[in-house]
Amino acid sequence: MTEEFNPSTPIYLQLVERINRQIIRNELKAGDKLPSVRDMAIQAGVNPNTIQRTYSELERMAIVETKRGQGTFVTEDMKKLANLREELKQEHIESFLRDMKEMGFTLEEMMEGIQMVLEVGKGGENNDQA
Amino acid sequence: MIKLNNVTKKYLTQVALDDVSISLPQGKIIGIVGENGSGKSTTLKLMAGLIQPSKGAITINGENVTRRISTQVAYLSELDAYYPFYTVQETIDFFASQFEDFDRDRAKEILEFMRLEPNKKVKELSKGNRGRLKILLVLSREVPIILMDEPLSGLDPMVRDSIIKGLLSFVDIEKQTVIITTHEIREIEPLLDVVIALKKGKIMEITEVEEIRSIQKLSLVEWMKKVYEN
Repeated sequence: MTEEFNPSTPIYLQLVERINRQIIRNELKAGDKLPSVRDMAIQAGVNPNTIQRTYSELERMAIVETKRGQGTFVTEDMKKLANLREELKQEHIESFLRDMKEMGFTLEEMMEGIQMVLEVGKGGENNDQA
Repeated sequence: MIKLNNVTKKYLTQVALDDVSISLPQGKIIGIVGENGSGKSTTLKLMAGLIQPSKGAITINGENVTRRISTQVAYLSELDAYYPFYTVQETIDFFASQFEDFDRDRAKEILEFMRLEPNKKVKELSKGNRGRLKILLVLSREVPIILMDEPLSGLDPMVRDSIIKGLLSFVDIEKQTVIITTHEIREIEPLLDVVIALKKGKIMEITEVEEIRSIQKLSLVEWMKKVYEN
């Protein structure tokens, strides 16, 4: 079956995020080749023009490089990849903080809450891996 | 580039298409949506040269559309239009004899991709496999324009998925434009570049699908509700 997308968010952005996560999880490593536009389109069940846009956006972010006639590759610039990791971390923390603040939680409550969840989770170490 | 210039189509007294003007870009997958009777199928048949407009003109790359335009257009009909006593292979041979642009090698590849049995008679095929065969017949032609009238209609999810995958595997998006009419919005929407909303023979909206998501922050279904409520 084709992959599921959030229908009200641009698909190319969802794919950018998906590939970024693969890079951070090291499923895609520096210098790895991304699938061709057509293969990616078939895999994701998405219009090839959308894949093209995804790759262009990743290129604009300097996370991938397109080598003429060879395809698209994850950058070997480790600094860029470290930045990406840092950016995604910030982004998710900020979004978490925004959500919690919106519901009226104080910073102390949040810290306390995190501490508690960590204590409880100590028994089964790696339970954060889905 | 396909252009409709002030096209009206009447069946007896009923107006199926009412003074429609559009020009469609090349190298895109375009969806036409709308209720039954909104003019979707009529639009495709006009582009295929199967029917003539009552008023106005349709051109493909500057050339007027007549029945002879079939060298530019592959049309997938909503109905099962070929012979039930032919085998799958005979049907392919028949189409290959009808169209100079028919690519037998590609047909063979799609046959394998769709896992169709060449020696089965068309009348013995499941509905799903008839749907797959129809897709094979249009995708095997090297034409700039592919028209598909309800390619997923009445088919189960596995078949729909294989048809979508087949489409993505064998359409050459740099050279071909695909126009699809559909009710199955959710399945087709990841494929579309552009959507055209028709209502009672008129164009309500024509827009890029990713723009709907990025600018209006709506899904295609939500957008359609908005378009059709106004």
